[in-house]
Amino acid sequence: MIELPAAPLPAPRRQVFVGTAVVCAAAISLLGGMLALYLRLRDQAIDTDGVWLPDGVSIPMVPANVMLIAMLPIGVFAQWAVYSAKRGDRVHTATALGLVALLAVAVINAQANIYVRMNVPAVGGTFNTMFYSLTGVVMALFIAGVVFTSVTAFRYLGGRTADREIVSAHALYWYFLSFALAMLWFVIYVTK
Amino acid sequence: MGTAVASVGEWLTTTDHKRIGRLYLGAGAVGFLLAAVLAVLVGAERIATGGKLVDADALTQLFALERFGFTYLALAPLVLGAALAVVPLQLGARSLAFPRLAAAGFWLWLIGAVLAVYSIIGNGGPNGGNARFVELFILATMLVLAGLLAGAVCLTTSILTTRAPGMNMRRLPMFSWSVLVACLAALISLPVVAGDLLFTYVANRFQAAQNLLSGSQAIGEWAGFGFSQPTTLLFIIPVFGFFAETVATASGMRQPSRGVLFTGIGLIGLVSLATVVQSPITLRPAFLDLGLGDLLADLLPFGLVHGLPLLGALLAFALIVKPLSARPRNVRKQVMAPVAFGLLAALLALLAVAASAAAHIGDAALLGTTFEEGNWLAVGFAGVLAAMGAVTYWAPKWWGRSLSNATLPLALLAFLGAGLAALPLMVAGFADQPGAVFAAVGSDADAIVNFDYGGPASLWNTLSTIGLALATLSVLGFIVVAARSVATGQQVADDPWNGQTLEWVAESPAAADNFAVVHTVASAEPALDLRVSDRGAR
Repeated sequence: MIELPAAPLPAPRRQVFVGTAVVCAAAISLLGGMLALYLRLRDQAIDTDGVWLPDGVSIPMVPANVMLIAMLPIGVFAQWAVYSAKRGDRVHTATALGLVALLAVAVINAQANIYVRMNVPAVGGTFNTMFYSLTGVVMALFIAGVVFTSVTAFRYLGGRTADREIVSAHALYWYFLSFALAMLWFVIYVTK
Repeated sequence: MGTAVASVGEWLTTTDHKRIGRLYLGAGAVGFLLAAVLAVLVGAERIATGGKLVDADALTQLFALERFGFTYLALAPLVLGAALAVVPLQLGARSLAFPRLAAAGFWLWLIGAVLAVYSIIGNGGPNGGNARFVELFILATMLVLAGLLAGAVCLTTSILTTRAPGMNMRRLPMFSWSVLVACLAALISLPVVAGDLLFTYVANRFQAAQNLLSGSQAIGEWAGFGFSQPTTLLFIIPVFGFFAETVATASGMRQPSRGVLFTGIGLIGLVSLATVVQSPITLRPAFLDLGLGDLLADLLPFGLVHGLPLLGALLAFALIVKPLSARPRNVRKQVMAPVAFGLLAALLALLAVAASAAAHIGDAALLGTTFEEGNWLAVGFAGVLAAMGAVTYWAPKWWGRSLSNATLPLALLAFLGAGLAALPLMVAGFADQPGAVFAAVGSDADAIVNFDYGGPASLWNTLSTIGLALATLSVLGFIVVAARSVATGQQVADDPWNGQTLEWVAESPAAADNFAVVHTVASAEPALDLRVSDRGAR
C-alpha cells in the first residue's frame, strides 16, 4: 500500500454547527416555497373572487405580534448561552437555555391561542389548508427547537462543558427560527 | 447460520458510509428494474395493435409508478449511493459526518419507497381513485424526500468539514465537488417539492369543495415539477464529476483549468433556481417579435435557469475531454470501461440539459408532448450509466475485487438502448404526440391513450420501446456481472487504476474507518504526487 505522510489529527471543523446551518438552509427553502405558493394562490383568489380569507375569519394580531416580539429575547438568551459556555459558566448557560425553552413554549402557546380565536375549520377552502400547513410546519420547527434546547442543556449540564459547538449551533437554529417566524408573521398575519 | 444472521444484522445497523452507499445502490438497482419493466410495458401499450395490453383503469397507475419509480427509486438513490460510498474516501476522512443520520435517511427512503409503490398499486398516487391511498402516497413521497435530504445534509457537511489537512476547496476532487453542487441544489429544490406535497396532503386529508389543492390530480398539478426537468437534472450533476475523475485517471494528467471546470459544474446547479419558481420558465411564443422590454423580461430568467446550466454543461464537457483529445494514445486501456461509462453518461447528460432548455422555448411547442418524456429518460439513463461506471471504477474500494471486462460492451449496449429510448420520443414530441408528467387516463390525458399511434408515430414508439428493453437488459447484465464480482471477482491491488485522488491511498477494500492514518495533501492529485516523488527518488 502506498503511503502519504501522516498528519496530526485535524482540528475539529465545527461539524454540528455546519450541519445545523445546512439543515436551516433547507428549512428556509421549504418555508419559502410554501409561502411563495401561498402568495400566488392568494393573488389568484383575489383576482377571481375578490376575497381570500373565509367569511367571518379575523386574525388576532396581539398574539401574532407577541410571537414575533418573543423572538428577540430568545435570540439574546441563545447568544447569552454561547457567551456563558465559552467562559465555562454553567449556571448562566443553564439559565439562558432554560429561558430560551420557556419562551419557545410561550410562542407555541400563542400559536395555539391564535388557532382557538380564529376558529378556522380544518375542512375548508384553500386558505384553510395553507394556513394550517404553514403554521403547522413552523410550530413543528419550534417543537424541534425545544428538543434541541433540551438536548443542549442536558449535554452541557451533564458535564460535556468542552462541547461548546452545540451551544453555538443551538443559537444559530434559533436565529433561523426568528427569521422563519418573521416571514410567517409578515405573509400570513400582516399581508393576510 | 449464526454468522449469516450476524452479517445481516451488521448490514441493517451499519453506520459505515460505504455500506450505506451500497445499500442505496442495491435498492436503486431493484427500483430501476421495477421502473424499467413498467416503462417497457407503457411503451408496448403504445405500439400494441388490435387490443390493448393493459386495462385502461390500470394505465394511470402504470404511468405514475414509472415516473415516480424511475426518478426517486432508481436515479436518485443510485447517484446518492455512489456519492455516499466514495466521497468520504476522496476527502481522506475516516467517516461520513452524521453517519447515523445517513443510515436513518436510507431506511426512511426505503420505507417511503415501499409505501409509495404499495399506495400506487392500491389505486392511489397521482390521479388515483382511492383517497386513502392517495394520502398514503403523498406521505410516502415526503418520507422518500426526507431520506434523500438526510443523505444530502451528511454529504454537504462532510465535504465542508472533514477534508484531509491541506485539502482546501480548490483541491477538492472533481467528483466530490460535483456531489457538493448536486447536494446544495437538492437542499434548495427538494424541500420546495416537499412543501407543496404537504399542502396537497392536508387538503386531501381534510377534503372540501373549492380547494385548489385537493384531489389526486393536485399532486401532478402542484408538485409535478419535482418529477420533471429541470428539477431532475440536479441528480445528474455528479455525472460530470465522475467523468472528470475517470478521464484524469486514464490520461495520467493533472486536470487543466480546474477553476473553470469547477465553475462549469457549478453553473449546472443553477437548475435548482428553476425549481424554486415552481412553474416553467419559458420563452413565450413569437419571442423574436417581442419588444426589447418583453424580450429581456423573458430572456434573463430563461438564461439564468436554462442558458447558464447548458453553458456550464458544455464547458465542463469540453474541459474534461480535452486531455483525451490532446493525447488519445496515452489513454490507458485498463481504465477504458470506467471512461466509456463516464463519456456515455456525460453525453446523455449533455443531451438532457440541452433538451430541457429546448423544451422551454415557446415557439417549439414541446411542453405537453412526449419530448419531455424523452428528455426525462435521457436524465434517468445518464444517472444509471454513471452509477454503473462508478461501480466499475470504485468496486475495488468497496469489496476489494474488480469487475470483469464485460462491462465495456454493456456500457455501449446501455447507451445504445438509452439513446433509442429517449431520442424517438423527442422526435415524436416534435410531431405533437401528447405526453404528461403524470398522465391521467379518462380526463385531460385522454389524448395520451386515444392518440393515433399509427404511421410515423408507430415507428418512434416502437424504437423507443426497443431501446428501453435493450437498456434494461444491459443493466440486468451489469447487475449479474457486479454480483459475480462480489462473490468471485479477481482480487486487486490497492490502486489498480493508478488513480490520482485519496481513495486510492486506502487499502482495498477500504477498512471501516477508511484510513489508518490521516494524510496531509499538497495538491489536488495527492496519489499522483506520491508516484511522481517515488519515481524521482528512484
